[in-house]
Parts: sequence; structure tokens; C-alpha cells
Amino acid sequence: MFDKYLIVEDSLRNLPGGEGFAFEARLGYYRGLGLSMIEELAVTLDGEEIDRAAVRFHDGADALTLDEMETAYDRRWEFGARAVISVAHPGGLDAGEHKLDLREKLRVSYLPFPSFCSDSKMLTVG
Amino acid sequence: MSHKIKRGVSLYSFQEELFLGQMTVDDCFAFAASIGATGVEILPEQNMPGFPNISDADVAWWKDTAAKHEVELTCYDMFLDTKVRKDRLMTDEEQVASIVRDLTLCNRLGIPNMRILVFVRPDILEKCVPYAEDLGVHMGVEVHAPWHMEHAWILRTVEVADRLGTKNLGLLPDMGIFNKHYPPVWRDRFVRQGARPEVAQFIVQQHEEKIMAEYTIYEVAVKMGGNKAEVAMAEMLRHTPYSNPKRLKDFTPYFHHIQAKFYEMDEDAADPSIAYDEAIPALIEAGWEGYLSSEYEGNRWIQDVQAVDSREQVRRQHLMFERLLGQAEGAN
Repeated sequence: MFDKYLIVEDSLRNLPGGEGFAFEARLGYYRGLGLSMIEELAVTLDGEEIDRAAVRFHDGADALTLDEMETAYDRRWEFGARAVISVAHPGGLDAGEHKLDLREKLRVSYLPFPSFCSDSKMLTVG
Repeated sequence: MSHKIKRGVSLYSFQEELFLGQMTVDDCFAFAASIGATGVEILPEQNMPGFPNISDADVAWWKDTAAKHEVELTCYDMFLDTKVRKDRLMTDEEQVASIVRDLTLCNRLGIPNMRILVFVRPDILEKCVPYAEDLGVHMGVEVHAPWHMEHAWILRTVEVADRLGTKNLGLLPDMGIFNKHYPPVWRDRFVRQGARPEVAQFIVQQHEEKIMAEYTIYEVAVKMGGNKAEVAMAEMLRHTPYSNPKRLKDFTPYFHHIQAKFYEMDEDAADPSIAYDEAIPALIEAGWEGYLSSEYEGNRWIQDVQAVDSREQVRRQHLMFERLLGQAEGAN
């Protein structure tokens, strides 16, 4: 329902020290959701799938791995709120355009199947 | 014939603008009041950051905001995260506790109706009835397509309510159960995704003729060699029932609020798919009292090609409400 808005425009940047890159994202759902129900934040960069263990979720509190999110029962990703997703990627990104894909897999209790939403954008690193 | 039907708006209608920060909750209340709506339905898990930890000051803000715009809070849309843990479902006791948490906040907000998700088990709701009675909240199980008023799952809630003799458990119809014509915005989106126009027209026509969804899905997927968009368009037929609006009158004691779902209002303020022109007269004839609460769900079907204007869509739906409610009065 909000797929095209998942990746925030103009938000891609390198992390200090060449550790990797980060971008801002939103949850593709019409309400906020507890972090434990976010099963996957799958990132693909320039066609290459990023290892799940390289991804961190930042919402202002302690950064979490995707595995840690699965038991974060007291935290939520609020409706429409921007969070930072960082990716360990030694050397960071070359300046210029990159194709970024994000697929969110949500465990929505009233649906018999997982809910997927995805976005793909060309973003520029300065 | 006079009637007791009031016009309201659900904040669900403005999800596009709220999500993108283009409207605030206060803007939504102001807009609702500007079109003559007198009630606003809320989704705490959408509209209340920090949920479920809502302070008395937060509660006061919601009440004050409603009062400032001279509208009432009509309905609280609850959720139930039975799958909050990956390793197991919530126990029955945990489910009841979650619902009681919502009933309590609903009561603090002074809201009389709670929309219960249709998947919540009737026996769980039975355990919640004493709390709902104490807190003065009506729990209405959402009759949402592809369920309908007489679906066996829905009748289980009616059976529980009858057996307990309670006024605090019942139903809450979503008008998507009266989907008489395939929504044009759905068809157009599937065509943009690659459905051949002639196949799309076939699916629309099958729905016009009220042919069982499974027949059409097989025709499209197998006999016509349907592509992904065409099969997806046909499969949506499973979610577009046209149930009989005349059945509403049999259930009026069980519901006090209606989610007035719609996908698109045309320039003449008519709904091209949902049979409001049949449902509203049926409600009036039955003497039903409550809110028609606008639930615009068109954004997801058009946002790939055009800017979403939820206010204009809701405004048009209220023009239709006024027309249909007025016509009924004129018929007296």
C-alpha cells in the first residue's frame, strides 16, 4: 500500500571510516508494528543481495541486528516514521548512482501468509 | 422517511497524507468538520505514537481536538498481534489481556464502539464481554469482504451475543461486502501492470454476471493463459462479493457503526462499484441508527500514476451520502 515510499529519496550516504552505507526507510503498513513482527529487511545493492547479518536497524534507540529485532517485543516502528538502515560494506560506495532495493517481510497476525512490500530506487551518493 | 444515520470519517481515509506527513491528525478533524461530518473514527496504532503507552495528557489532547472541531470520537479500530512472537501464537489469556488493554484505552477516550478484526475468535470475545460491559464499549466484529453478514464465521459471533444476552458484542459491517461492480481503479491498475485490456474486460464482465470467482480464475489462468497481472486481477474476485443489502435489516440490533469502504468516487459523486444506492435505503428502512464512517482505500490503486487527494474523495462520498439520505427523506 506504500511500497513506492519505503526508501526515502536522497537518503543514501556512506558511513564514516568506509564501514559501509546507510539509508532511510519507512514501514510499508497502515499502522505501526512491533519490531518482533518484522522478519526481514532485505537489501539489494546494484543487483547484489546483502547478507542479513550486515544489516542494522536504527530508530533512535539502540541499534539492532535483524535477529535482535525478532525479540524486541517492547519496541515499535511507528506509522510513516523514518528509520535508518545501515549496511556493513567495507570500503563504502563509490560516488554516483546506485540501485537500491528493499524488501520488507512482515508477520501480520490477521493474514494467513506473510506480508511483503518492496521498493526499488536509483539513489546518488555524493 | 426520516432517519437517524449520521456522517463520519475514519482517519484510515487519509493514510496517504498522514503517512507522508502531508496532513496532521488535527488537519483530518478540521477537514471532517468542514464537510459536515460529526464523527471521527481513529486507529490508535496508526495515529498515536507510543502506543500502547498513552498518557492522560494524550487522551486529553484527543478529546480536546474532537471538541475543538465539534465532532465526536465514534470508533476505535483495534488490532491483535497473535503472532507477536515468532515461536508461538499468543495464548488465549494473552489475547484477552491485549483486547482488555484496548477496551480500557477506548473507555478512557470516551469512545462507544470498538472495531474488532474479523479474525478474532468468538470464544476469545466471549471472555472479553464482561470487561466490555464494565467499560461501556460495544465490540463490533468487522464484517469485511470476503465475509458477509450471513457467513457462518460471522454467525458464530451473533450466536455468542444472543446466548449471553449482551449488548456489548455484535458486528460492524464494512460496505466492501456490497461490491456490485469490479472497481475501475483496480482494473486500471492491473492493465498498467500488464493485463491485456480484453482480458481485463472479460473479468469485469464475469463479475457483472456474478459468476463464481473460481470459475473466472480458472478461465483466466488456464484457458486464457493469463499473465501474472491478469491472474492477480481475477483472484481479486475472491475479495469482491456482492452480498444482498436487504440482509442488513436482519442484523440491525447487532451493529451501531459502519465502515463506509470505498475505492473511488467519480466526478458526479457516485461510487462506481459499491452499492450504496441499495445499502443506504435498506438501513433507513430498517430504522438503523449510527455512523456511516468514510473509509477511503483508493490510494494504493492510483499512487503509481497520480497524486492522491483523499480529501476530495471523501468530500465526494459525503455528497453521495447527503443525496441518498435526502432522497430517502423525500420519499416519505
